[in-house]
Amino acid sequence: MTRIAVLIKQVPASDNVKMDEKTGTMIRSATDAELNPLDMYAVEEAIRLKEKLENAHISVISMGPPQAIEAIKEAISMGCDDGYLVSDRKFAGADTLSTAYTLSAAIRKLEGFDLIFCGERATDGETGQVGPSVATQLDMPVLTYVGKIDKFKNGVIRVHRSVEGGKEVVEASIPALISVIKEINEPRIPNLSGKIKSKKTLVPILDLSKIDAPSDKIGLSGSPTRVVKIFYPKLSRTGKVIKAKNAETAANELEKFMKSKGIL
Amino acid sequence: MMSSEEYSGVWTLGEVRNGEISSVSYELLAWGKKLSEKLEERLSSVVLGHNIKRKSQELFEFGADEVYVVDNPKLEHFLPDIHANLCEALVREYKPGILIASATTYGRTIMPILAARLKTGLTADCTELDIDLKEHILLQTRPAIGGNVMATIKTPDIRPQMATVRPKSKRPLKPDKSKNGKLILKEYSSDLYESRYKWLSFEKDESSDLPIQESDVIIAGGKGMKGKKNFDMLYDLSKMLNGAVGASRPTVDMGWVPYSHQIGLSGKTVTPHFYMAFGISGAIQHVAGMSSSKIIVAINKDPDAPIFKVADFGVVGDALEILPALLKKLGKGERNE
Repeated sequence: MTRIAVLIKQVPASDNVKMDEKTGTMIRSATDAELNPLDMYAVEEAIRLKEKLENAHISVISMGPPQAIEAIKEAISMGCDDGYLVSDRKFAGADTLSTAYTLSAAIRKLEGFDLIFCGERATDGETGQVGPSVATQLDMPVLTYVGKIDKFKNGVIRVHRSVEGGKEVVEASIPALISVIKEINEPRIPNLSGKIKSKKTLVPILDLSKIDAPSDKIGLSGSPTRVVKIFYPKLSRTGKVIKAKNAETAANELEKFMKSKGIL
Repeated sequence: MMSSEEYSGVWTLGEVRNGEISSVSYELLAWGKKLSEKLEERLSSVVLGHNIKRKSQELFEFGADEVYVVDNPKLEHFLPDIHANLCEALVREYKPGILIASATTYGRTIMPILAARLKTGLTADCTELDIDLKEHILLQTRPAIGGNVMATIKTPDIRPQMATVRPKSKRPLKPDKSKNGKLILKEYSSDLYESRYKWLSFEKDESSDLPIQESDVIIAGGKGMKGKKNFDMLYDLSKMLNGAVGASRPTVDMGWVPYSHQIGLSGKTVTPHFYMAFGISGAIQHVAGMSSSKIIVAINKDPDAPIFKVADFGVVGDALEILPALLKKLGKGERNE
């Protein structure tokens, strides 16, 4: 049997973000959370691979607060088999190294995965570092920016990596971690039986007592980085907006502006 | 634990693409120069590649005091474990206080691998780097949550302090032809060249010569472009301005433009000198990916389109009428009916 893990994250929902008219910064409602949109492609790709293989099993793994179970359930409703939530108050404040350490400890506990999928990055932290760090801490190859899986046979996975200026075809031996980009597929919408299944699936919680991790490697104390300060940049500008009589005047005005800025 | 006193010097990880030193390597040296001058420490670059020794000397002109070069046929293509082995060996031997790389697909792959091996901190996609002179440490500033929040991060105790830096966040220094430096050619035993990867081939993307994140000028289109064919006009304009074409999410979802051109929360984040948005309404998810551009111009039919709030100059009107007029004005109008 091929065992596949998908690492996902719950993030603040991006659908209802608005700009604060006065401060020019973004406002997000703190209550809405969703499965990281870029993780949907990892979930979908794992399911597509499973559908091609004779015998495969997909486990969804997420680290986060108890409510992140909702994101795991969403992935299960799409077609994953089961899920685990890595959650403990002591994991809080983790940076990418410490998050990857904790996730790696959980993955080691669940053991035996041939492939681990993840999204390119989460839309909140936007680091894209946890995937490669997990792979390294588990001592496996990592294929990043994967836009296509070409072949999976005899312990080797061949992929197309989308890099600056083109696509690179690379192979790696398994077990391996694959981080996928949006162009790889179009995620399915869960059907009713998937939703019913996910409702019934019990998602075990892996807390500190269930994984093998010393306390100085987890949470804030396991994090080499510290936040010095946080500030809110102003996005809005006070530019001039004109309403041109016709396309020619508009083009003239644009040319004039571009010239004044040295673009032309 | 590694004591921070033993570690000194600022290192940049040069990037080799298709056998050439990539321009992001020079941008990194501009950042490195700022940091090394404040710290009064040496500035060094690392270059891993094949037949790269001679080209590596260009890095001196752009600010490097030293360049560590590993030149080996096995480095012709990027195999992450080999690159990580060599970087790790170099860092453990020479102990730099700071190591920065560009936030390209290369930097964002190799750096987290390296940071995990060295068990140190890594800050992704910084747009500003500085030195806290009192504590002598690196201050790494980066946008998060789509630019909604800026965070300044430090790695107080563990060395090296590592960060990836967004391409185009700084211009390279003017090359100083008279400046020389020390080239240190390193050789390593064959076990560091064992890999679990195999490189097979590269297929060039014909739609663009320059990746959008590394372009000084971006001409972007949205739903207001009304179709795939009209994007040809954006390509025409971008060619005239030596730029690249960007796109909003809906146009990518409709298949008008490949995903590699998508700008925004679920696409690329860009910081060009000049950003021009045609028929893009400016949903916050898009703005998140381009609001730090230096100059922003927007053309949209809807006077209330949110894109105008982040624009330095806006024109209310139909992009499909104004764009051909602009192309004509700039001398390439003939091919557009």
